Amino acid sequence: MNSIYKVLSDAIYYNLIREQRYLQFVQGLGISLQLTFYSAILGTIIGLVLALAKLGRIKFLEKFATLYVDVIRGTPVVVQLVLIYYAILGSSSLPKIVVASIAFGLNSGAYVCELIRAGIMAVDKGQMEAARSLGFSYSQSMAYIIIPQAVKNILPALVNEFIVLLKETAIAGYIALDDLTRAGNIVRGRTFDAYTPFILVAAIYLYITTILSWMLGKLERRLRESD
Amino acid sequence: MIEVVNLHKSFGDLKVLKGVNTKIEKQEVVCVIGASGSGKSTFLRCLNLLEEPDSGEIYIDGVPLMEHKKDINRLRQKVGMVFQQFNLFPHMTVMENITLGPVKLKGMTKSQAEEKAIELLRKVGLPDKDDVYPNHLSGGQKQRVAIARALAMDPEIMLFDEPTSALDPEMVGEVLNVMKQLANEGMTMVVVTHEMGFAREVGDRIMFMDEGIIFEEGPPEQIFTNPRKERTREFLGKVL
Ligand SMILES: Nc1ncnc2c1ncn2[C@@H]1O[C@H](COP(=O)(O)OP(=O)(O)O)[C@@H](O)[C@H]1O
Ligand SMILES: [Mg+2]
Repeated sequence: MNSIYKVLSDAIYYNLIREQRYLQFVQGLGISLQLTFYSAILGTIIGLVLALAKLGRIKFLEKFATLYVDVIRGTPVVVQLVLIYYAILGSSSLPKIVVASIAFGLNSGAYVCELIRAGIMAVDKGQMEAARSLGFSYSQSMAYIIIPQAVKNILPALVNEFIVLLKETAIAGYIALDDLTRAGNIVRGRTFDAYTPFILVAAIYLYITTILSWMLGKLERRLRESD
Repeated sequence: MIEVVNLHKSFGDLKVLKGVNTKIEKQEVVCVIGASGSGKSTFLRCLNLLEEPDSGEIYIDGVPLMEHKKDINRLRQKVGMVFQQFNLFPHMTVMENITLGPVKLKGMTKSQAEEKAIELLRKVGLPDKDDVYPNHLSGGQKQRVAIARALAMDPEIMLFDEPTSALDPEMVGEVLNVMKQLANEGMTMVVVTHEMGFAREVGDRIMFMDEGIIFEEGPPEQIFTNPRKERTREFLGKVL
């Protein structure tokens, strides 16, 4: 018993308390959350614009959006991150978190585009026909009839995308951004303890994603009730 | 009121309409019958350009639709449509379903539109359902709201595409009664239906569609008791 206690208290002492290493984790978490937040906002805006381009009737915009989504979804996000980091860093001195937010936002935008599109296409075809038969134009039908219904399909998928995004930002260390995962790495480098820092990191991610999932569940119930 | 000239429509290789010609007079009630897949819906949907014909012309009050596609949104206001699947807007109350068009498209004030909606709901026999969401209505009630919604635009003609086919049998009557009342008030109507009793009683003219054309048409008495063509006789033999 004593020795287990000793192992645990040592692990906590070395990985969290000594040299105030807990601050590494706290700051890392802060960076990860900020990065997720900015990327989510940027991704949602880009996704909306891409979805509009895809649904709209301007051929070259539609082609561009399709190409964009294919390229983003067909390549690893790490590669995108590093490429964008060097491409932008070469010409500016933006803080790394901004660069990373742009990279993850550009990436997430492709996925958000597809889930917006799916949410709109899931609305029954008869809805558009009924609206058009009353005399509404295509865009009026979208605004009054289709989008309000699509939002109910899209919102839960969007929250889910943010959960995925939070975990994906764990690769931000590739451009030396001190996010939560990298905090684990840094502490491990000091303590030579392979397990404890990453178990802590995993526990923190799990805690946050559990909260988000719980909120997602609540949101889904609310939306179902309003039917 | 409506004139259809040599209407053609294909879906890919499938030729559905192969030259439909007809005239529908003001206040006339035309019932369209025919086997499933014979192009009845396609024909009806061409009349308000929900399907775009490949060739031919449709005149509504003398206005050629194909030449006025830019004005189609305004022209569609004159043509009400009722669908087999009701297609009520589920995120809106019955009242909102009915008033959306008049308020957004006809520039009515909300209170004018609501007053009118109440009147229409009374007419279709649902005076106390205004603040209910469609999901809380039975099929027959939904379809009557859908009729009220179409009527709220003051259409000159109403198109019905199998309005009772998705209903439980005990609800068919309440919808047909509303339609009958509408016909008696002089509404011009084109009704695709399998309800032969209704067609016979309410229809001024029966249109039998087959092989992509209006195969035979005439007054109900003649079509139902003495069809000229063998195909018509065969079809009626199956459904009557
Ligand atoms: N949007 C469409 N795309 C392809 N085929 C269609 C479409 N709409 C109808 N059809 C086909 O056209 C034919 C006629 O359909 P429809 O007009 O719905 O017949 P009805 O209403 O008489 O049953 C059917 O074979 C149907 O499968
Ligand atoms: Mg049909």
